[in-house]
Amino acid sequence: MTVAVVRFGGSNCDRDAVRALDHLGIDAEIVWHGDGLSADTSGIVLPGGFSYGDYLRAGAMAARDPVMDEVREYVAAGTPLLGVCNGAQVGCEAGLVPGAFTTNAGARFRCEHVHLRVENADTRWTRAYDEGDVVEFPIAHGEGRFEATDEALERLRAEDRILFRYCDADGNPTAAANPNGSKDNVAGLLGDRESVAVLMPHPERATLPDVGGTDGQGVLQGFA
Amino acid sequence: MGAYTATVTVRLKEGVRDPEAETTARALERLGFDLETLRSADRFEVDLDAESADAAANRAEAMAERLLANPTIHDYTVEVTER
Repeated sequence: MTVAVVRFGGSNCDRDAVRALDHLGIDAEIVWHGDGLSADTSGIVLPGGFSYGDYLRAGAMAARDPVMDEVREYVAAGTPLLGVCNGAQVGCEAGLVPGAFTTNAGARFRCEHVHLRVENADTRWTRAYDEGDVVEFPIAHGEGRFEATDEALERLRAEDRILFRYCDADGNPTAAANPNGSKDNVAGLLGDRESVAVLMPHPERATLPDVGGTDGQGVLQGFA
Repeated sequence: MGAYTATVTVRLKEGVRDPEAETTARALERLGFDLETLRSADRFEVDLDAESADAAANRAEAMAERLLANPTIHDYTVEVTER
């Protein structure tokens, strides 16, 4: 049983994801999108990067890649899926989660560490944390501003599907702590089912002790 | 069959921020231009053959629905001309 990290043309966080999962003892391998998913796929990562040069919109092309039909089948059968950064954009464009990640409010690429508040610790992706915990993850994106209709956002709140919100070091989700202008400071959310999650911050870059903090491990443990 | 050009214009829904347009507007102001607001849009010109102008428009609308626009943030219009 292996977690498939789907590599599109222009993915660049695929190796990071495999290394981070390996570090946690979770078997993972890179799968070229054109080769399709193998029968022993136990989880799916849509990794970060700049698939297809972000042409048209970030994630738009990868979301319509033939491999996504297979991804949808696995997701429908309950296989857990995590989309990170570009993978989150792909997940939105593919309709696996509601909303869209679009141009940062400041029109700048943001590459830094941010604080996130855990909003729902009752999911496979967040059970390592407590609700209200403040964790530190890196971000690196130009199109991370979460947009959704008011109705969609209200539904996300009502169904407790917001996983992480940008916050300050004390856990306050302020406008100043929102690096991209995301609605309601949303940094990560669930799809229709608890097994599907996307987030703009990079848990795989906050997993190996040698490269800094390890707050991201909990998210990847969702595949364990 | 007729030869048509379908022009699909994709723009952000009202109320959705457009940081690129805001930045462009500021740059124009720095150059000394006087303006109120600036909106940007993407325009796709699709040459195609179809049974009728309506059929061409329907196909272009399907393209917008499936790929060219993201319904969460975009509205779009389709115009068809003979070519």
